Amino acid sequence: MICPDAPVLLEIRDLQAAVDDQPILKGVNLTIRAGEIHAVMGRNGSGKSTLSKVLAGHPAYTVTGGSVHYRGNDLLDLAPEQRARIGLFLGFQYPVEIPGVSNLEFLRVATNARRSEGGLEELDTFAFEDLVRERLEVVKMDPAFLERSVNEGFSGGEKKRNEILQMALLEPLVAILDETDSGLDIDALRIVAGGVNQLASPENATLLITHYQRLLDLITPDYVHVMAAGRILRSGGRELALELERTGYDWVDQELERFAAEGQQTGRAPLEVG
Amino acid sequence: MVAVVPATPYAGAAGGASASATAAWLASLAGAPLPNRRQEDWRFTDPAALTGIDPQLIGLADPLAAQELPDGLECLSPAAASPWLGQALAATTSLEHWPVLLNAGASAGAAAAQPTSLLALRVSGAAGRLQLPLDAGDQPGLARFRLLLVVEAGAQLELLLQPSSGGVNAISLVSEVILEPGAELTLGSLAIGAAGSCLLQHTAVVQAPGSRFEHITVSAGWALARQEPRILQRQGGACTRLRALQVCCDRQLADTHSWVCFDGPDGELDQLHKAVADDQGRSVFNGAVRVPRAAQGTRAAQLSRSLLLSDRARIDTKPELEILADDVKCAHGATVSRLQAEELFYLQSRGIAADQAAQLLQRAFCAEVLRDLPAGAAALRPLHQLLGEG
Repeated sequence: MICPDAPVLLEIRDLQAAVDDQPILKGVNLTIRAGEIHAVMGRNGSGKSTLSKVLAGHPAYTVTGGSVHYRGNDLLDLAPEQRARIGLFLGFQYPVEIPGVSNLEFLRVATNARRSEGGLEELDTFAFEDLVRERLEVVKMDPAFLERSVNEGFSGGEKKRNEILQMALLEPLVAILDETDSGLDIDALRIVAGGVNQLASPENATLLITHYQRLLDLITPDYVHVMAAGRILRSGGRELALELERTGYDWVDQELERFAAEGQQTGRAPLEVG
Repeated sequence: MVAVVPATPYAGAAGGASASATAAWLASLAGAPLPNRRQEDWRFTDPAALTGIDPQLIGLADPLAAQELPDGLECLSPAAASPWLGQALAATTSLEHWPVLLNAGASAGAAAAQPTSLLALRVSGAAGRLQLPLDAGDQPGLARFRLLLVVEAGAQLELLLQPSSGGVNAISLVSEVILEPGAELTLGSLAIGAAGSCLLQHTAVVQAPGSRFEHITVSAGWALARQEPRILQRQGGACTRLRALQVCCDRQLADTHSWVCFDGPDGELDQLHKAVADDQGRSVFNGAVRVPRAAQGTRAAQLSRSLLLSDRARIDTKPELEILADDVKCAHGATVSRLQAEELFYLQSRGIAADQAAQLLQRAFCAEVLRDLPAGAAALRPLHQLLGEG
């Protein structure tokens, strides 16, 4: 839902980041307002997943330049847990298995961390069980998964449902879903996409990171961005995703080459290709 | 000649007795000097913490006196127990182990100090559950316990031992277990110590074919904890399941030297040893498995998993498999790792603070062993402390 007057939730300016001294993000700009659904598409290695991890505060990535503001405040200053508590959520491409930690307890501790930050009372085990059973409906998840260790032995689809369940419990203002569609069959994809749609509201925003159009058939984005070589190369409406589906990513290479040539002519720093 | 004892924070910590006087007293009880690091079995384990206790025996009430024994459990008199005593120790070649020597040497004095210095039980039928608190409290000195369990053919028992200390003292516990054909014993030990306390726990087990022995040991909080489970499957064909967790932080030292021998075919062993070492803690594991030629068809698996939480902590872990039979399946593995960064980040990304996330992961690491303790342990405070549940 595009609403030009809605408050800005996330403002990314010229964001640059590196891992092991290898620059990955080379100046990302993106503004996300309440109510919007954005999709970031791009090839493997374009920096999509790095963007999501940098926003969530993964310690392996170093921010080397630029800024990120969340509701007007500097996000990059905050520890990962603090980012989560104030309403940023990262749905993992590969949710981590944690043997020995009960899924139910994990969900409760996480939910209470978010609630107490928002000035809400923490939920005891009984109250939480009521809440979690209600939210299970969002992703049609079998309650038996609550009794197991976090993601341990879950199928790909079950892991992704568990991610969306966490999103349903944490009620983030900005949800970044990193390749939520990967490894899902069509039924699981429908359920997961249905969950995301149910949770979208005029107050929150969603950033979908994906390779494929098929997720965007189920979740309609307001904006589509194409990433390449650590930058957003082009932004548009949902028709951009359809165009990508039709033409593939070859034009991206041509555009990168053109930028590189222009950069040489104008003396501006060229976009690196590769 | 002046005995030189390495300076330790525990030396003379109790009633002012010097470390050398205590070392001499312990050596005279055992009839042998304190182990030293030139001995292979004590290579990584400095027993110096023992010299911090007062050289005296602790008088304790009979732990069985306050218990109502379930049906199927019978207390044996010293006379009735005597034919059994020493059998399992001899069979597992344990008699010359220093902790066993110390326990035996302390018996004369302990008999005077304790109304019952021997806890001897015979199990017949399905006897259910029993918990035995073996608490030295904050009394200074050495507390000595001797346990004999004879589990008759087809009988079953779940027993939880709770050695504990609240002060600068040492507990010497030697257990002998005889499992007759088809007998089943779950023997848990939840041992929680205090600063300056020591535990020497030796468990000698002889299993007849068709018997099942499950041994779950958990130790934490001891300045020195030494566990010596020694199991002989006399004719093979039995099932042995060992689960151990030792936690050492500050400058604590926890050591497990296990020994399992199959003296016949078709025996089974499933062993998991876990250790958590933080601060300047030190964990030692030596897991001996003997599969002589007669032990064809043996299936044995041993896994040691250690969690190293500080740069100054140390873990020494060593599987020691001696396999002479050719038709066997024996697997072993050892891992030493830190908390996994991806697991930590995943928890943090859900709003869980880094220290709380680390605690959750440590608890998870420990839970794999703790959940196997006999059911009664769930109600015990030490277990909740160990799990960080306040």
